Amino acid sequence: MATTTMTGSSTRTTPRRRITKPLAVVGLLALWLVAWSLLRGQDMLELPRATLTDLHHWLNDVNDSVGASRNSSPIFLYFFNEIRAVMDALVTFVQGLIAQPAYGRPVPVLGWLGVVALVSYASWVFANWRVALLAAGGFTLFGLQGLWQESMDTLALTLVAVFVSLLFGIPLGILAGVSDRFHRLITPVLDLMQTMPTFVYLAPLTLVFLIGPASATIATLIYAMPPAIRITAHGIRSVPAPPVEATDSFGATRRQRLTKALLPLSKRTIVLGVNQTIMAALAMVTVAALIDAPGLGKTVIKALQTTDVGTAFNAGVAIVVMAIVLDRVTTAASVRAEQGGGDLNPRIRRLLLAGFGLVAAFCSYLSYTYLWASEFPDGGQLGEYLSQGATAVTTWAQQNLADLTAGVKDGVTIMLLNPLEALLAESPWWLMGAVIVLLAALIGNLRAAAVAAVCVGLLVGSGLWNASMITLAMTLVATLLVVTLGVVIGVWMGRSSRVDRVIRPVLDAGQTMPAFVYLIPVVALFSVSRFSAIVAGVVYAAPVAIKIVADGVRAIPESTVEAATAAGSNTWQTITKVQLPMARQSLLLATNQGLIYVLSMVVIGGLVGAGALGYEVVAGFSQGQLYGKGLAAGVAIVVLGIMLDRIARAAAQRSDRAPSANQT
Amino acid sequence: MRTPALHGRAEGAEQRPGGVGIMSTDTAVQPRGQVNDHQTPVISVRNLWKVFGPNADRVPGSAELAALSRRELRERARCTAAVREVSFDVAPGEVFVVMGLSGSGKSTLVRCLTRLIEPTAGEVVFEGEDILRADKRRLRELRRRKFSMVFQHFGLLPYRTVVDNVGYGLEIRGAGRAERIRRATEVIELVGLDGYEHSYPDQLSGGMQQRVGLARALAGDPDVLFFDEPFSALDPLIRRDMQNEVIRLHRQVGKTMVFITHDLSEALKLGDRILLMRDGNVVQAGTGDELVGAPADEYVRDFVQDVPRADVLTLRWIMRPSRDADQLDGPELGPGVIVRDAVRTVLAADRPVRVVENGELLGVVGHAEVLDIVAGNQAGA
Amino acid sequence: MRSFVGKRVLAGVSLSTVAALTLTACGGSKIESTDAADSGDCGTFTIAINPWVGYEANAAVIAHVAETELGCKVVKKDLKEEIAWQGFGTGQVDAIVENWGHDDLKKKYIEDQKTAVNAGSTGVEGVIGWYVPPWMAEEYPDITDWNNLNKYASLFKTTESGGKGQLLDGDPSFVTNDEALVKNLGLDYQVVYAGSEPALIQAFRQAEEKKEPVLGYFYDPQWFLSEIELVKVDLPEYQEGCDADPEKVACDYPVYDLDKIVSKSFADANGPAYQLVDNFNWTNEDQNLVARYIAQDNMSPEEAAEKWVEANQDKVEAWLPQS
Ligand SMILES: Nc1ncnc2c1ncn2[C@@H]1O[C@H](COP(=O)(O)OP(=O)(O)OP(=O)(O)O)[C@@H](O)[C@H]1O
Ligand SMILES: [Mg+2]
Repeated sequence: MATTTMTGSSTRTTPRRRITKPLAVVGLLALWLVAWSLLRGQDMLELPRATLTDLHHWLNDVNDSVGASRNSSPIFLYFFNEIRAVMDALVTFVQGLIAQPAYGRPVPVLGWLGVVALVSYASWVFANWRVALLAAGGFTLFGLQGLWQESMDTLALTLVAVFVSLLFGIPLGILAGVSDRFHRLITPVLDLMQTMPTFVYLAPLTLVFLIGPASATIATLIYAMPPAIRITAHGIRSVPAPPVEATDSFGATRRQRLTKALLPLSKRTIVLGVNQTIMAALAMVTVAALIDAPGLGKTVIKALQTTDVGTAFNAGVAIVVMAIVLDRVTTAASVRAEQGGGDLNPRIRRLLLAGFGLVAAFCSYLSYTYLWASEFPDGGQLGEYLSQGATAVTTWAQQNLADLTAGVKDGVTIMLLNPLEALLAESPWWLMGAVIVLLAALIGNLRAAAVAAVCVGLLVGSGLWNASMITLAMTLVATLLVVTLGVVIGVWMGRSSRVDRVIRPVLDAGQTMPAFVYLIPVVALFSVSRFSAIVAGVVYAAPVAIKIVADGVRAIPESTVEAATAAGSNTWQTITKVQLPMARQSLLLATNQGLIYVLSMVVIGGLVGAGALGYEVVAGFSQGQLYGKGLAAGVAIVVLGIMLDRIARAAAQRSDRAPSANQT
Repeated sequence: MRTPALHGRAEGAEQRPGGVGIMSTDTAVQPRGQVNDHQTPVISVRNLWKVFGPNADRVPGSAELAALSRRELRERARCTAAVREVSFDVAPGEVFVVMGLSGSGKSTLVRCLTRLIEPTAGEVVFEGEDILRADKRRLRELRRRKFSMVFQHFGLLPYRTVVDNVGYGLEIRGAGRAERIRRATEVIELVGLDGYEHSYPDQLSGGMQQRVGLARALAGDPDVLFFDEPFSALDPLIRRDMQNEVIRLHRQVGKTMVFITHDLSEALKLGDRILLMRDGNVVQAGTGDELVGAPADEYVRDFVQDVPRADVLTLRWIMRPSRDADQLDGPELGPGVIVRDAVRTVLAADRPVRVVENGELLGVVGHAEVLDIVAGNQAGA
Repeated sequence: MRSFVGKRVLAGVSLSTVAALTLTACGGSKIESTDAADSGDCGTFTIAINPWVGYEANAAVIAHVAETELGCKVVKKDLKEEIAWQGFGTGQVDAIVENWGHDDLKKKYIEDQKTAVNAGSTGVEGVIGWYVPPWMAEEYPDITDWNNLNKYASLFKTTESGGKGQLLDGDPSFVTNDEALVKNLGLDYQVVYAGSEPALIQAFRQAEEKKEPVLGYFYDPQWFLSEIELVKVDLPEYQEGCDADPEKVACDYPVYDLDKIVSKSFADANGPAYQLVDNFNWTNEDQNLVARYIAQDNMSPEEAAEKWVEANQDKVEAWLPQS
């Protein structure tokens, strides 16, 4: 599994190691197997579902005491309450503008016509007219789907969450970009924010910030801010040295260096961060609906209660479309930020800008004044068709494909998942822990081994060791599938831009379609099982991996591929000997991101039969007395993520340092 | 001030004809030199060290570590000594070239001079002031007013037009927009880029981009210009153009220049004096003909072996003491005349050419000596 | 070339848009500002909406009556149970209108924090238990007796159940004793956690369609039972106190009297909305009907409630505050 991929990479270390390391790894694995067959089933640290450890009880108590202090503690009175007030005001304001009746009017300030006009206009100003058309089409679609108001509620919440994320994220990212110390400090915090399941902090959030827009926004921005910080820092860090050095050589102050060189030079990357933040915020729409966040998420959750796949799908499509529109607009804006002016003559452009500005303003006025421009006209039958279509497809699939899919499920479960799970979960914990630490040392470095040791300790301490190992098995299988898909489809896309154009929107949909929408179809096809959980994870994680690989393959210089062709390589040789090795960094990144994304779906997996950590988190969210256990499970997921990530990174680093023998 | 800036093996260099010390100058030898023996140097570097890696500070102080070769040091202390105990002086108005192969520490050295890289030990005195002791503000002031640098990879800002790039240094020191544009336009013309003021760097060829880099460095009217392999990224023809450009500018504005290159012919073409580095050490320093005529060791000899000697050496390097048999009534030439320029005269004469300086006969040059050099005889000096 | 076309397109679009808008703008009704709604003496009444359809049925009917009969401004908040209970303390929730047991929450919020009070039964009875799809009850009539479960264990084997029969557990919101039950009744079964109600429903639906065996945890009232009438498996009968020690449970689940919980301050104010909640009482059949309107007939909760209320004026009369 993942271990073999990693050993694979360690063979590329220096010749001295080339002989010993893989041997050591193989030896270790062999020893483990032998020990496992002798000791199987001992010290597995299983914890019955209803049993709580002292730690879990203690966490419950902490949670309760937080709740009890909310009316007395000054932190609540002066800090949290203030934050809540500001957030609520922000969201209510934006909602009043575009989504909800406000200011004594029966409708929001801007109706559909105004919003469509302004959004398209802004897209054109900051990006280009092609995405402006896309934006106009996308937003009109919400109305045709019969989801105008829900979409605007979602948009309002997303905008505020993104705004606040950027307000804090970009400065923090800049800081992390220029200061190594801060970067080291904040990285684990960001890991925590991104991998801690939302379900874990949803309930405490409503305790602290009450039920309402504030909690929903904060839940969203906890997940959405890390990309802004990470990518900004990355942008600052990867600014090419020469211009910065030149800036220094003219005696620039730190401030000048930042404002005149670093920021302008990383502008494009930072806009990419904005883009990722928007995507992340949209990914939280449905989960936030569980604490009464208004919008499309609610539609999905409601539809789920009656297993109404069609309606859920309709709302899901609106979310996907919103994501795609915002993604394309911000991406185009970043390109523009990089290249400056568009293809129009600046004078003509200015004229047109002014003209269209007037049109947009006029539309806004109309939508303020007239009902027809404010409320989307009825008769949007499109939603109906979409729902019926989705239902029909689902029904057809479960009637005609179920046997096939059940076969796939059984195959993977019996051949891969069950043996791996038996190996991981039925080894005595100390044996398994030792294997993890040793592997980390062998394929990574001592530092990784130390991190792994701490993580193993935390997992044991969480009282959820056994569940963690079951989840680990699923995670590894899912990541394997993700990486396989990533390589196969990614290379295919990377080699042909036509394929890319066709597949990319599908990937976007996979990434932004709320998992709640495909929960039922997945269960229909793969029944309630761990494999269903794996499928959910793959649907969400594979697009990221595929995109990364495709971009990596595309980034290989033409001349290199040409040289290979000139040397008489056939397609297969070109792929395996040139394109894949050269896209190695991308492959690593794809593996890493695939892993993180799979982990972030562990909880969704819990909803379709994964059991283990995912289920514990869901149960902790649902039942007060299990809260502590759910929190511990959430932490265990984070710990798993950090452990795998650090080991993989150390392994990658090590193979990086070795001369790349495979490129000769 | 006459400390020879030669160290290590260079110390035991062979006897050099003419007794040319490193600071001794001979205007005749230096085609464009305006160096004057009695001027105080602009930059004076003493025992400069730059060590990268953990515990870098330990190395220069410790006699044991300092004695190790770069490789040994790397294995023992896991650090790289990029610049090791380097000393030299740069005279006002001179073009001082630092030369060496890749990795020899040239870039590090030149960056240490303005503290773009913080030196580990040593002394850098600029116009009597120890730069290493300057505080942040003073250092900034120096960089803003006194130094400018031209970089190998240009270091232009891609999102700024040529004018804005050229005015960048002025902008950083806080000059107003009008002044920036005025001055930028001036230097843009100086480097021959007029007409391209509003282009973006990626719309220019490499050579033109480096002209922008040059203009940017000149715009602030600095006292000293540092060039870090400015032309390495350019193709040969453009490189030659740019070298001529530098020569022209040097004549025109007369700035002191510290010029880094790994290209010997470039060094010989531009440099009043040349410092040759290897693995962070100074191997030899001197004028071009000194390096060619009197290599300090095998390394230098190897280094200069392919140089067309006739183009570099002067009569001083090939003359021999007059023998009794010589007929001393041949034509008379100065010792600073380049061999190639003397060939015709020597070969045309039927007796040895006399090398005379200030009326004093230094030696003679006959057919044999000249042919040796022109035919590429490797006998050397 | 392209920019030229672009310019053309843009210019054309802008002109025609302006023209079209100016034309259409002349017609259409203007937006009038509304006066702040007069909400009578009822004021605002906040109901938590827990995420299942039966609950929604209760809430929709109560909300409909509160709005139409009492002139309340009803706010519905979609919340999971635990968060809804929390809301009593922060004053953000007035009422929960269908509560399944939750003795732990009652202890915490009614007894300890004293932020909530019980507002009596809804009249609906909740049954929790193990169910099989109807085809199985037909094919294996004796399967509804737990004593025979081991006989059929092999039927229920799946990839998830590790060689034993699979007992599918559901939404983690409800307390289950199933792991203990399996152990204490000596059953050759493994509990597998479906993790969500939709997953559970889908499993049963598919089992019935394809005549596949499934044994799972389910509950009544639930709208799905009117789509497919699952058959309950009889476990040893519940006796008072037989579930006192969760580790040693070996009996069926009790029948739950589904009740209403309201916030203390809401009860103390004793306004008309509180009295409505307090009086609200109907039957399993009533709720199932409204739930079916919502889940199967695709009505919105408001429409469903309106339809039911129109047909059941007499029942509604009885809930209204007497004054
Ligand atoms: N930041 C650094 N950290 C560690 N070692 C460095 C660093 N910068 C330079 N070195 C090392 O110092 C030595 C000298 O580097 P330097 O860049 O000064 O060489 P150079 O003569 O300019 O070479 P080139 O002609 O390739 O530019 C090299 O061995 C290099 O590896
Ligand atoms: Mg260099």
